[in-house]
Amino acid sequence: MSALTGVGLGLRTPHMVPLAAPDAPSVPWLEIHSENFLCDGGPRLALLHAIAERTPISCHGVGLSLGSAEGLDKAHIARLKVLFARVKPALISEHLSWSVTGGVYLNDLLPFPYTQTTLDVFARNVSDAQDAFGRQMLVENPSLYLTFAGSTLSEPDFLGALVERTGCGLLLDINNVHVSAANTGCDATGYLRAIPAEAVGEIHLAGHSTGADGVLIDTHNTAVSAPVWTLYAEALRRTGPRPTLIEWDRDIPALDVLMREAATAQRILDTSIAERARVA
Amino acid sequence: MLPDDVTFARLQRDFGSALLSGGAPPPEVSATERFEIYRYTVQASLAEVLAAAFPVTQRIIGVSAFDALARDFIAAAPPNVPQLSAYGSGLPAFIAAGGLADVLPYLPDVARLEWARGESYFAADAPFLDIAKLATLPPSKMEAAVLVPHPATRLVPSRYPIHRIWTVNQPEITDVPRVDMSMAETVLITRRDSYVKLRLLLPGDAAFIAACFAGKTFGASAEAGLEKDSAFDLQAALQVHFLDGTFGE
Repeated sequence: MSALTGVGLGLRTPHMVPLAAPDAPSVPWLEIHSENFLCDGGPRLALLHAIAERTPISCHGVGLSLGSAEGLDKAHIARLKVLFARVKPALISEHLSWSVTGGVYLNDLLPFPYTQTTLDVFARNVSDAQDAFGRQMLVENPSLYLTFAGSTLSEPDFLGALVERTGCGLLLDINNVHVSAANTGCDATGYLRAIPAEAVGEIHLAGHSTGADGVLIDTHNTAVSAPVWTLYAEALRRTGPRPTLIEWDRDIPALDVLMREAATAQRILDTSIAERARVA
Repeated sequence: MLPDDVTFARLQRDFGSALLSGGAPPPEVSATERFEIYRYTVQASLAEVLAAAFPVTQRIIGVSAFDALARDFIAAAPPNVPQLSAYGSGLPAFIAAGGLADVLPYLPDVARLEWARGESYFAADAPFLDIAKLATLPPSKMEAAVLVPHPATRLVPSRYPIHRIWTVNQPEITDVPRVDMSMAETVLITRRDSYVKLRLLLPGDAAFIAACFAGKTFGASAEAGLEKDSAFDLQAALQVHFLDGTFGE
């Protein structure tokens, strides 16, 4: 399903120099936020080229706005195509969210109601993007802080229908499942059971924090929490082994802290593979 | 219920404008207080992007004044491209048009300098003009040649001492000296070997480079330099510009 295996790291600018160095620690793969590398040239892009020469790259978008009712921005698709031609990503992904309205980019992964109408919009945009890129995309479940009165579909049903209609894959963010379940009062385990497990092409793990009224916030500024590790093991039982990513975007620690998180994830991944072998 | 695409588009427009203004979220939203999390993320993340692009401007006016400036700017001119390295090009003009420029008239130019520095960092890679190539031209051809800037080169002229202001407001400087505001300074920004360099140009050199970048011939540009400053040393200036990678091919 995917050219990637094992546990990768989200590539952040403070770690680019160490990861481009000749004595860089070995990481199975790295994921970039595509929109951070849309520049014409310069040192950041040069470092990415150096890293991409020996490490597979996944391009994770945050600005395509697949949920925009106004459709996709063709200029942005063109910019992404230039990046993809440069780094030849092993896989590409985006979010079940929107961030553009009236041509304004809101720099967040925003929620929307799950209905037949929004499914039509979202599926059309995913198909347009996949046609433009000439390849499959993975779509990631968001972290939600609120829901909409008009929603008629559950998120797993929405994602299931999306996969069926467009042939896209899913990027299952376990932390987002945990955060959304806590914030919207649904059951995380039930969520994992309801999504089409075979469509999952990648898994994300990250840390969150707790806000004033007990709301969980997807801050990506800390280690993966205990309930998320447990859910991860549960998810792997459903999906089978999947390339897994450690994301840490704020208060970014030293590389070896990330490597330790990755090692924890790798142990859980190895255990799930061993369990499968026993069952088989 | 949301009957059609138009309603969905309207919901997103209302949601978006409520995020940027202080307005109430659309009625379809379940938990109004949770809407604040999105509003906070959008505004704080964009303010952070601006602070990262304009660190000297922020240091001059202070963190809270910069945050207020950033929020005004975000509301007036939110990003129109999902590429954060491109967000903030309008901030210098926004500062120039606002009340801050009355108090700190040099601030728009300092912000311009910071933006030009960022542009240089992200500009396209391209070959530099080789000095040997220019030297092999017969004198008449050399006179008529037009030297073009490298894509990562920027020239920032000012009526204020922007190079000095920028230099004394770097993070490692804790004791900022007084700056003589009567000095006009022109800064040349270049990028070679992954490093963005700011160079204060002498008046003759500044006139020479400005003429080159305005499309004048090498001969006419050299004359412009000498006209500005009779002591303008063209040979010395060229040495520096070839080392810095000022010109492209």
